[in-house]
Amino acid sequence: MATPAGSAVPAVAPLSLRSSRKHYGEKVIQALLGLCALVSIVTTLGIVISLLVPALEFFAEVSPVDFLTGTTWAPLFDPASFGAIPLLVGTLSVTFWALLVAIPFGLGSAIYLSEYASPRRQAVLKPMLEILAGIPTVVYGYFALTAVTPLLRSMGLQVEIFNVLAGGLVMGVMLIPTIASLSEDAMAAVPQGLRDGAYGLGADKLQVSTRVIVPAAMSGIIASFVLGVSRAVGETMIVLIAVGQQAKLTFNPLEGVSTLTAFIGATGNGDLPTGSTEYKTIFAVGLTLFVITLVMNIISIRLVRKYREVYD
Amino acid sequence: MSARKVRARIFQALMIFSLAVSMGVLTWLLISTFIDGVPALDSKLFTNPPSSVPEEAGARPAILATLYIAVLVLLFSVPIGVGTALYMEEYARKERWYNRFLEVNIQNLAAVPAIVYGILGLAFIVRGIGVGRVLLAGALILTLVVLPTVIIASREALRAVPDSIRQGGYALGATKWQVISRQVLPASIPGIATGSILALSRAVGETAPLLLIGALTYVAFDPTILGPFTALPVQIYTWVKLPDAGFQALAAAAIMVLLAIVLGMNALAIFLRSKFRQRW
Repeated sequence: MATPAGSAVPAVAPLSLRSSRKHYGEKVIQALLGLCALVSIVTTLGIVISLLVPALEFFAEVSPVDFLTGTTWAPLFDPASFGAIPLLVGTLSVTFWALLVAIPFGLGSAIYLSEYASPRRQAVLKPMLEILAGIPTVVYGYFALTAVTPLLRSMGLQVEIFNVLAGGLVMGVMLIPTIASLSEDAMAAVPQGLRDGAYGLGADKLQVSTRVIVPAAMSGIIASFVLGVSRAVGETMIVLIAVGQQAKLTFNPLEGVSTLTAFIGATGNGDLPTGSTEYKTIFAVGLTLFVITLVMNIISIRLVRKYREVYD
Repeated sequence: MSARKVRARIFQALMIFSLAVSMGVLTWLLISTFIDGVPALDSKLFTNPPSSVPEEAGARPAILATLYIAVLVLLFSVPIGVGTALYMEEYARKERWYNRFLEVNIQNLAAVPAIVYGILGLAFIVRGIGVGRVLLAGALILTLVVLPTVIIASREALRAVPDSIRQGGYALGATKWQVISRQVLPASIPGIATGSILALSRAVGETAPLLLIGALTYVAFDPTILGPFTALPVQIYTWVKLPDAGFQALAAAAIMVLLAIVLGMNALAIFLRSKFRQRW
């Protein structure tokens, strides 16, 4: 016995705060959860690999310069031509009309919800915007083709049956909830003190909204626009149904065009022979689409982080 | 009224107008679809397979496939999504580079166009690693499409549980998993359920990725998990493309069915959120 007899304090092992039992189950659970998280990483890797490998094979056969500067898109013709400018211009054109609707109305909705609406009104209006966001895009496509295009015609616009204008405007309505809810988040994050200060100096709601709240929430608002661009560029069904599938190099909104997504959607379901150059085109166009939206998404993520850092 | 007040009134009216635009278009969309679709909305839509004769055509295989897909997506996406959210909120140390990468990665995946997921599916199916152009492949791809939404919603629900709940559990000697499984997860179930239902409604309405993995086929029989399939939104797209007015009406009727499913889910999610909103 190490303790001398008669010692007043019995020997006690130093108190350990660690668990007395080894909890192997805990480790297993942590590993399983980590594995779930790995699914997202593997998804990204899978997307990059599945796009990159056939796209690189494609660019071994077709020069990337021709692809990015050529003005004739006819991959399924003989002789084939792989100039993607008509698709890029088509995408840009649809995106332009969509944002022309989505930015003013989305931002207006956000200002109203954040600065004007009472909590009770917010509780009614926000779910209604969510419903708009929940409508499948194939439904918007049908609506553009069967309701908006006839309306444009009855207004005297000489639109083709497939046209950029109807698809773009409807896509704009589809994007309103995206822009409204992200902008509203950013405005809600502006500290109340800024509002109170401005009201204290005699500003009215118009001045507080436009000169205090909107500038203070600017990075979040821009992020919502950028995300809107990303979603417009990536939207497939509205374009496929209402804008058309004919690759034409035109900015005229009354005509139909094809876009990056419409080409993929229209060609990808065919029975193209695997390994043919035509088949690989899908992946080259897909890679272009992925890179464009990736850049937009990263800009948007950075901007959101910026306002969170400032106000949270 | 002073000029300033007039300006303020006009501005407020403009803000209300911008909200009214969305509501007006939503109403217009619902009414015009309703008018187009009602004549074709009969029991044949639910009992008959597609046909080249509009009067005989139905969407039974497509509706069934969409229901199967919904169940499968739910089974796949909720465990993986909640698991990922638990890892990120309860276990991951934020200062590690790979955890920060995971965070940005998921935010980006949430905004990757759905059709790109379709390309992913196409590549793996055609290259022979996958399961073929079957319903299960569609469900797997749609799971990946909505997974970021489930993760983000679950993380928010977990974050809303105050730390004092966790500290209380630890103080009573509970292990980490005991705290999570008996305190944190039960408290966040309403938020997770809301997010999952919204994600599921998105999966049900998603069309583009399914086109690429070959759902654009004529399926005359009831679908099986490992068989060829077409889903309701794809069936709508097929009908919209046909010039015959009878098929346009069928498309509108099928849209009414799809909207009933999707908007029903949305309404359920919104109801759950307001009913179980917890204040700590």
